[in-house]
Amino acid sequence: MIDQAGAVRIELTVNGRQRVLEASPHQSLLSLLRDDLGLTGTKACCLVGECGACTVSLNGRIVDSCLILAVEADGAELTTIEGLAADGPLTSLQRAFLEEGAAQCGYCTPGQVMAARDLLGRIPHPTKAEVQEGMGGNLCRCGCYYQITEAVLGAAAAAD
Amino acid sequence: MSGQIGVSAERVGGPARVTGAYQYVGDIRLADVLHVKLVTLPCAHARIRSIDVSAAERLPGVRLVMTAASLPQPVPRFGPQFQDRPVLAVDETKYHGEPVAAVAADTEDAAEAGARLVRIDYLELPPILSVAAALAPGAPLVQDPELRPGDPLAETNVLREHPVSWGDVAGAVSDLVVEGTYTFPMVTQFAIEPHGFMAAPDGDGVLIWSSIQHPYWLQKIIAEILGLPLAKVRVLAPDPGGAFGGKQHTKFEPLVAFIALRTGRPARLILTLEETFQAVRRMSAEVRVRTGFLSDGTITFREVEADYLLGAYADIADRAASKGSHISCGPYRVPAARIVARSILSHTPPATAFRGFGAPQPNWAVESNMDDAARALGLDPVELRLRNLARRGEEFIPHDTTVDGDWEQTIRRAAELIGWGTPLPAGRGRGVALGVKSGPTTGLSYATVRLLADGSVILYSGTSDMGQGSRTLFAQIAAEELGVPIDRITVVMGDTAVVPYDQQTSASRSTVLMGNAVLQACREIQAKVRAMAARLHGISETAIVVERGIVRLPDGPVTIVEILKPGLGSLGGEVIGNGESRKEAEPGHPLSGSAAFYEFNCTAVEAEVDEDTGNVAIVRHVTVSDVGKAINPLQVRGQDEGAAIQGLGHTFMEHYIFDESGRIRNLGAIDYRIPTSMDLPVELQSDIVENADGPGPYGAKGMSEGALICTAAAVAAAIRDATGVVIRDLPLTPERVWKALSERPLATAAAHEVAQRRVPG
Repeated sequence: MIDQAGAVRIELTVNGRQRVLEASPHQSLLSLLRDDLGLTGTKACCLVGECGACTVSLNGRIVDSCLILAVEADGAELTTIEGLAADGPLTSLQRAFLEEGAAQCGYCTPGQVMAARDLLGRIPHPTKAEVQEGMGGNLCRCGCYYQITEAVLGAAAAAD
Repeated sequence: MSGQIGVSAERVGGPARVTGAYQYVGDIRLADVLHVKLVTLPCAHARIRSIDVSAAERLPGVRLVMTAASLPQPVPRFGPQFQDRPVLAVDETKYHGEPVAAVAADTEDAAEAGARLVRIDYLELPPILSVAAALAPGAPLVQDPELRPGDPLAETNVLREHPVSWGDVAGAVSDLVVEGTYTFPMVTQFAIEPHGFMAAPDGDGVLIWSSIQHPYWLQKIIAEILGLPLAKVRVLAPDPGGAFGGKQHTKFEPLVAFIALRTGRPARLILTLEETFQAVRRMSAEVRVRTGFLSDGTITFREVEADYLLGAYADIADRAASKGSHISCGPYRVPAARIVARSILSHTPPATAFRGFGAPQPNWAVESNMDDAARALGLDPVELRLRNLARRGEEFIPHDTTVDGDWEQTIRRAAELIGWGTPLPAGRGRGVALGVKSGPTTGLSYATVRLLADGSVILYSGTSDMGQGSRTLFAQIAAEELGVPIDRITVVMGDTAVVPYDQQTSASRSTVLMGNAVLQACREIQAKVRAMAARLHGISETAIVVERGIVRLPDGPVTIVEILKPGLGSLGGEVIGNGESRKEAEPGHPLSGSAAFYEFNCTAVEAEVDEDTGNVAIVRHVTVSDVGKAINPLQVRGQDEGAAIQGLGHTFMEHYIFDESGRIRNLGAIDYRIPTSMDLPVELQSDIVENADGPGPYGAKGMSEGALICTAAAVAAAIRDATGVVIRDLPLTPERVWKALSERPLATAAAHEVAQRRVPG
C-alpha cells in the first residue's frame, strides 16, 4: 500500500521479531535495516553488491542487502548479524573467527560471518577450496582471508 | 599475569566485531542530524564561473547549501605539510571529485536531490595527469604560485625535490652497470569502511567524529581553522574499519564543522566508496635506477631518480616521497649514492599515506634492478643480496640509524622456506626481494593507566586501533606488568577529551612508541605499589622488587593486587601511572630524525605462468619479517599476511584509469579490483625472526608494512625466472604478461639494457 508521500507499508520478520515499517519505494533493504531499525551490524561499503559487507539472510538465502529493495522484503524472514548471538553466547562460528584472528578491523566481519554461516548451512564440511570460493564475494582489505578460511573450517570441524 | 607476552591473546574488542555491535563512525546515529552531500564536476580541472544554489535551497528539506563563497574569506586552507587544501574548491577544481559545494538536508534523499540541483557554470580546462605532462614546458600550474611564497619551485609543478647523496658516484669503478626505468601504478587504500565525518556544536566548542588515525592532529587543524582553543575541540574517533594510511589526515571534517556551526545542528557526511577513491590514494611513480657492480657482485654505486605523482594538494604525500626515497638504495652497503626524489603536483585526487609510505615505489625498481644484476653477473639473486647486505651495527645510510637486526637470518629463513635452489617444474619460477622501511623519525605518545581498587585496570591511549590490534597489545603489556587478567582490563581510545595526547598512529609505531608509554605507566604504578609494600611491611623499598605483576618481598612473592587492597586502605581509590615516550627531532637530519627502527622483510615466491593467457598463479608465497619480538604472534601473522595480500593487489590488479578529462573511469568496487579469497597464493607462509632487538617493549619492533614493500619485485622476478620476460610496469595483469610473452625476444634483449665491462660510474 502506497501512501501519499510514496511510502510503502511492509511487514517482515527480522531476527525472529515481527516488524511493520514504512519504506520508500527506492529504499534499499540495507538502509531499512541500518537507518530505520538501527541494526547497524550490517555494514555499508560498495553499495553495488561487490564487497559483501551488507550480507544478510533473506528467507534462508544470503543476499547483498544493498541490492534488495526494502519493499521486496515485504513478508520476508530476515536474519542479520544481530540475530546470531542475541542475548546469548557467541556461535561456534563467531568464536572460531576470534580464535583464528579472522577479524582485524572487523568492518567486513559481520558480512563474512553471515556468508560463512550460509556456506556451512549448504556444505557442512567444506573443503578449503569450497570455503575460498564460497567466501569469494566478501572483501577483506585487512587480508584475513586465510584466517577466515581457517575459522570456517574450524567451525565445521567443531560442529561434529 | 606474567606469561602474557608472546602469546596470542584474543583480540580485545573482538566480540563486538563478530556480533556487529561495534559502532564505527557511520553507525553512530545523532538526533536531528543534517545529511551532507558533496557536489562535484564530471572532470578534473575546471574554472568555476558561477554557482547557482537557488533551486537547491528551495528544495524542501534542504537547510544549507555551502560553497566557497559562504565560507569565511579567504577560504580556510589546511594540510599536514602545506596549508594548500581549501575547505571547498576556490575558483577552480583541481581533481575529479573535488567538492564545489555541499548540501545539508534533513534526509539523505533531500541532500542528494539538492546536490543535483546545484547549477555550476564551469569551463573545463586541460588536466595534468602524468609526470610527463606536469613537467612539460608551458604546462599549466596545478597550484597557484601565490600559495608558495618564497618557493623557488613555485613556478613549476614540482612541489619539492629531495636530493640525498653520499660517496663518489662519478668516480666509482664498476665492471657492470645495470639500469632501468620502472612505473608503479596509482592505487587506493580501499578500507572497507568508507570514510565518515560528523560534527556538532558542543557548548562553546565543537564535537567532531571521524574515522581518523590521528585524532590529535585533526583536533589541532580544526582548532586552527575555527579559532578555538584545543580544549574546545573534542574529537571522537571510533576504531577505523581499516585505514592503511588513508585515514591519517583531515579531509572533510572542517566542512562538516562549518555546516554544524552555521546551522546549529549535527552534520553527517559518510563518503561513498566512489568518493573515498577520490579522497585518498597512493602516489604513482616513475623510478629510474642505475647501479654499478664489480664482477663479484659488490655494489659500487647506485643512483635512484624517483618521480612521485602527487595530487592537486600535498596532504602528507611529499613527506612520503622524501621518506620512501631516503631508504631507496635498500638494505645494502652502497659506497656511493645519488638519490633524487621529486614530488610532482597533478590534477588527480590528493595522494596520501598508504602502507609502505613511499617505499614500495622505489623498492619495485631497485629490487628488480638487483634481479637484473644477478642474472647479468651470473650470480644467484639471494647470494647477490647477501654479498651486499649491511650487517648489524653498520651505518648503511649516512647519519641514520644503523642496521638494527640480523637481516641475514631473515633472508636465509625465507630462502629455506621457499626451497630456494631446488628443482622446479617447467613453467614455474622463483623470485626473491628484500623490503626495508624506516620506522617513525619523531614521535610523542602519552599513556595513562589506572589500577582500580579491585585490581581491574583502565588504560588510556590516543592510538587508533584500525585492525592492527593495538588495544590487545597494550592490554597484554598491562596484564604482564600489573599481574591482571586481560579480561579485567578496559582499553579506552579515540576521545581527545579523555585520552592523553598521542602524535599519530602511523609508521607501524604504536607497539614501540605507545607500547613504551604504556610500559612506563605500568612501571610508575609498580613503583607506587613498591612504596605501599614498604609501608605495609615496615621495610625499606630497596628490599623490594616489583616486576611482571609480582611484588618480591624478603619473605616471598605476592601479587600487586595483594598489596593494592591493604595499601589503598579503607577509602579505596586507585593507583595512577603515566607514561611518556618520545622520539625527538634531530635538526639537520634530512628526515628531521633518524629511524626509530627498521622494518625488514624478505619475500620469496614461486609462480606458475600460463603462457596462453598471461595469468600468473602464486603457488607459494613466503614472507619473513624481523619483528624483534612478537608480543602477539597471531596478530603479527595477521598483519604480515595482510600486508602481503595487499601487496599482491598493486602487483597484479590495482590501478586507476583516467580519461582525457581526468575522470577516474574505474571508481568503485566493480571496476577496481582488490584481492579476494579467490586471488590468493595457493600457499602463503608468514614467518618471523625474533631477536628481541627492537626499541619497543620486550624488544619489539613495528612490523605491519614490511611484507607489502617488496611483493611486486619478488613476483616479477619469479615470472622472469619462469619465462625469461622482464616487465617494468605494474600491475602485472594477464594482458600485460601475455603481451610481454608474445614479444619475448625483444623483452629478453631489454633485460640487460646496459651491460658493459669496465665502465666508469
